[in-house]
Amino acid sequence: MRPLIDRDWFAPVVAPLVVGVLLLAAWQFGCRYFQVPVYLFPAPSDIAESLVENWAPLLHAWGSTLKITFAAFALATILGVLTAFLFIQSRWIEMSLLPYAVLLQVTPIVAVAPLIIILVKNTPLALTACATVIALFPIISNTTIGLRSVDPGLLAYFRMNKVGRAQTLWRLRVPSALPFFMAGLRISSGLALIGAVVAEFVAGTGGQSAGLAYEILQSGFQLDIPRMFAALLLITVTGVALFGLMVGLDRVLLGHWHDSAVKTER
Amino acid sequence: MNDFSVSDTDVPVVEIRSAEKIFANGFRGLAPVDLAIQRGEFVSLIGPSGCGKSTLLKLVANLIEPSDGRLQWWRGDFSRVGQAGRQLAFVFQDPTLMPWARVENNVRLPLDFAGVERAAARARVAAALQQVELTAAARRYPRQLSGGMRMRVSIARALVTDPDLLLMDEPFGALDEFTRNRLDEDLARLSWERRLTSVFVTHSIYEAVFLSTRIIVMAAQPGRIFSEFTVDEARPRGEAFRTSTRFAALCRELSALLTDASIASRG
Repeated sequence: MRPLIDRDWFAPVVAPLVVGVLLLAAWQFGCRYFQVPVYLFPAPSDIAESLVENWAPLLHAWGSTLKITFAAFALATILGVLTAFLFIQSRWIEMSLLPYAVLLQVTPIVAVAPLIIILVKNTPLALTACATVIALFPIISNTTIGLRSVDPGLLAYFRMNKVGRAQTLWRLRVPSALPFFMAGLRISSGLALIGAVVAEFVAGTGGQSAGLAYEILQSGFQLDIPRMFAALLLITVTGVALFGLMVGLDRVLLGHWHDSAVKTER
Repeated sequence: MNDFSVSDTDVPVVEIRSAEKIFANGFRGLAPVDLAIQRGEFVSLIGPSGCGKSTLLKLVANLIEPSDGRLQWWRGDFSRVGQAGRQLAFVFQDPTLMPWARVENNVRLPLDFAGVERAAARARVAAALQQVELTAAARRYPRQLSGGMRMRVSIARALVTDPDLLLMDEPFGALDEFTRNRLDEDLARLSWERRLTSVFVTHSIYEAVFLSTRIIVMAAQPGRIFSEFTVDEARPRGEAFRTSTRFAALCRELSALLTDASIASRG
């Protein structure tokens, strides 16, 4: 049997894990040694304790944030892909609409969020709208570039065979765009989460639809810093999980053919 | 339209009548050219860069249109190409394969375009892959193949349509000499076995002499036909021809002709 350390997965899994454990240990030791008050900077054990203690409300808030995140991500994906398909129909359409897509991208969401929240009465809907606006642009731009990045030789081959527009799109442009689209998806998944949390902060609504941002705000007001960290931890875990999900999807869809996902042998 | 029977062997496969090409930027790619290609011929186009050999091939493939003059395929216009007995296939300089599709699906592509039924398509793909000796690689992806193997996939994709006219634009230009010689031998065998009419653009004197029944030597400024050269060696040809003194003599002769063509190309 090969020793563990020679396995492919060993280094990328164990190395960051070791760093994590060391950091946590240093953090725990530091807090205890210097007797840092828990309301200033809690030790990892305090955060874990708070997480267990407040599990029910935190879980509920997490659920709300996840719902907004996934709804926004799905909406951004659908709208982004449709817009990209629209863009490649003609240069004129792209030239007329692209500046507005850019406008959407460069306007800080924190500045627009209050307006959206005033305009849209339904809070979850307003939050989803904010998060979607943030997550949309990478999908539009990446998918558009992807749909245009077709091997000119293959395009000539399709033309020579008198292949129609629809079939060229389906058989050639869509597969060519897939790696670009996946890269857009990866950026967008993170942005959807950021958008959801930022929108929740701006809205500041509690009640049934309160999310993790509201937990953080409330914990801040009550100086319950361990609970604040616990909520923060859940946001981080969500972000990492989303990223992992996208990497997995990448492997499944591109693993066998695209350079970005294929392992090179040395 | 003339109503010649397609099976009529006297009908020229391609007829070019004073076709010329002037590009949008004013570059005179091809001065008026006349050329007829008969069934079963293997015609190579050779000449210095800028002589319009690729332009001429693209005209024959209808990838570009002549600025003046006309072309006919089997005494008809291009709209009838693709019908039974008038199948055209083109092999590019690069393999131009779909990287996301397995070898067998790449080869099947033209059959998918034509709407060939699955079972029939599978049999034809298998046959085409066997002809280029890639049966074992059918389930692999292009990136897992060597450059020579990829080019063979590209040729299989052309052969699977059972073409009557095969056009090739320097298909082996990027390959090493050893691989190129092997593929040339395969091509010589296939074109003879299937009585293919072929037009082949190349930079290589050896390749042209080895494969062709007729070689069109071209000159540049403007691109034009400089001279013709017939290789009346029996087919099929193999390694024995390549190493013969006759082969060497033919190459020397063609080389001299090409030198004249490049002198003429300086205007």
